Amino acid sequence: MTVVAEEPKVEELLELYERMALIRATEKAAFDLFMAGLVKGTTHLANGQEAVAVGASAALEPDDYVFATYRGHHHAIARGASPEACLAELMSRATGLCGAKGGSMHLTVADHNMLGSYAIVGAHLPIACGAAWSAKLRGTSQVAVAFFGDGATNIGAFHEALNLAAVWKLPVLFVCENNLYMEYTSIKTVTAVAQPAAGRAPAYQLPAEVIDGNDVVAVQRAVAAAAARARAGDGPTVIEALTYRHHGHSRTDPGKYRPQEEVDAWLKRDPLLVLAERLRDRGVDQPAIDAADTRAREQVAAAVEAAKAAPPPDEATAFTDVWADGGAQWRT
Amino acid sequence: MADLITYREAVAAGIAQEMRRDETVVCLGEDIGAAEGVFKTAAGLFTEFGPERVWDTPISEQAIVGAAMGAAMTGLRPVAEIMFSDFLACCWDYVANEIPKMRYMTGGQVTVPLVVRTANGGGLGFGAQHSQAVENWPFAVPGLKIAAPSTPADMVGLMAAAIRSDDPVLVFEHKSLFASKGDPPPSGDHVVPLGAAEVRRPGGDVTLVALASTVPTAMAAAEQLAADGVDAEVIDLRCLIPLDARTVLGSVARTSRLVIVEENPYQGGWGGTVASIVAEEAFYDLDAPIRRVASACVPLPFAANLEQAVVPTADRVATTVREVMDA
Repeated sequence: MTVVAEEPKVEELLELYERMALIRATEKAAFDLFMAGLVKGTTHLANGQEAVAVGASAALEPDDYVFATYRGHHHAIARGASPEACLAELMSRATGLCGAKGGSMHLTVADHNMLGSYAIVGAHLPIACGAAWSAKLRGTSQVAVAFFGDGATNIGAFHEALNLAAVWKLPVLFVCENNLYMEYTSIKTVTAVAQPAAGRAPAYQLPAEVIDGNDVVAVQRAVAAAAARARAGDGPTVIEALTYRHHGHSRTDPGKYRPQEEVDAWLKRDPLLVLAERLRDRGVDQPAIDAADTRAREQVAAAVEAAKAAPPPDEATAFTDVWADGGAQWRT
Repeated sequence: MADLITYREAVAAGIAQEMRRDETVVCLGEDIGAAEGVFKTAAGLFTEFGPERVWDTPISEQAIVGAAMGAAMTGLRPVAEIMFSDFLACCWDYVANEIPKMRYMTGGQVTVPLVVRTANGGGLGFGAQHSQAVENWPFAVPGLKIAAPSTPADMVGLMAAAIRSDDPVLVFEHKSLFASKGDPPPSGDHVVPLGAAEVRRPGGDVTLVALASTVPTAMAAAEQLAADGVDAEVIDLRCLIPLDARTVLGSVARTSRLVIVEENPYQGGWGGTVASIVAEEAFYDLDAPIRRVASACVPLPFAANLEQAVVPTADRVATTVREVMDA
């Protein structure tokens, strides 16, 4: 993918819209299924942050590597996971993306080089460096993208990864989804710099950019430019995408610590509304947009039914896949 | 008779053997390039394979092991050095949370074929933050394999097996053994399978189970005991995972007595697991209680005489065996 210079074609924008709508509908289903007691454990929904995943994916090649966080449903779907496989994983079904051994926080789609969702904050940044290093040594043009939250920027691994990426000039993109809150605490109250990711990049002499993370086209442009730079051998880039999660941190968090006017202001800047407005400006009529929403909802409704109908995993699978031979035997 | 080689030379020899065979094998770590490693265990690698395959890193254990993991997931076979095993604590998230769980959590989608090698244990007077024997730390983590060679030839062969393994392997290189000499590996590609213990000294009266530095300790104790007419069998476990319980159980069936010699502290040591397997599965073979000779539950002190008071010594092992024989 080359740098996106002009405005994307209307058909491309509609595709981006429908992909975001699909993620939104899947997340709503995850929420409803959790409330119905069909999803155990916890979920970390990305409602409101779809533009980062979808815009970035639109800018990447199929063989590029993507590393996400425990809030990673949107990245898994953006990279090609089906809503059914994701929801089946959340519902502990045999047909789940990871055979129900991963769960909401560990969605992985290896076939699409979406190499994991990492539940230890910031852990995957050095891992993404390793994938980028590997691509460089193998002489491919692949890049690795690490998506992470603002909270990860205060973890040591963030700093170790940025330094290593800079000194080894790795084809890696650090994409911060700054949704203003770590978990329950405002990032700015616990961080010494105003822009937690982009503000640190200059210390490692890395290029950085703060972008509107609710504008899918802005994300696509920034990621395409950074990927082009990485493929040209010019090393890593830090992108800080400003966005907002509509829900609290996780299912146990109603998000009451957030001022209502702040929530309202961001809801008005919902990435789906932003893109719908752009589509209308480009002459697309509302029924065409509504049709995309409807298709997404119908696809997810079918996915929910299929996941509900799927069997639980065979108990024997609890004892497989520790080792590369498929088993778990640790002694003779 | 070929010339003897040192244990430290064997580390580099084992890595070099695999780097020649497989171009996806790469090394990374602090000071391993032109400096050839602080223990000179990477001697010759940078010269032979160059900076494209032997990478100096910053002092960033999370970045070293994290990057090794990402590289392993995407087509390489990285060999990462953590200079002192104590520093595994600095990258423990990767060792305990990320690397060993990736294959399982993804339902088998992703494998992590990497090696983390590290200098373990006491004997060189580095004090408590550079001398711990920590092989029991990863022993508690499902998903890792653990090798701890005691001879140069085993170092080459187990390093080769570790690098060829599709599973993540931690290789513990014992600091007190670096200068020790032994037979070189047989010519050609030398591979010692993971999880196969070796009987270093056959005997019929008592089984001594040892690992890495405690193998020569157990052997020295066996020589003392032989003078008393006690014939000790010494088993070198060579790996903690996979654990060769079969060899231990077979030996105990013949000797009916078991003494385990481990350098990590008694509290939480791997010997507890070996003891529990034998107690569960071979209780009626035993003529005496199982005993463990482990390090004391204190940080490793600096002074050599204090260190010797803490770690297993041949005298302590021999004394324990005599108690077992009298039981």
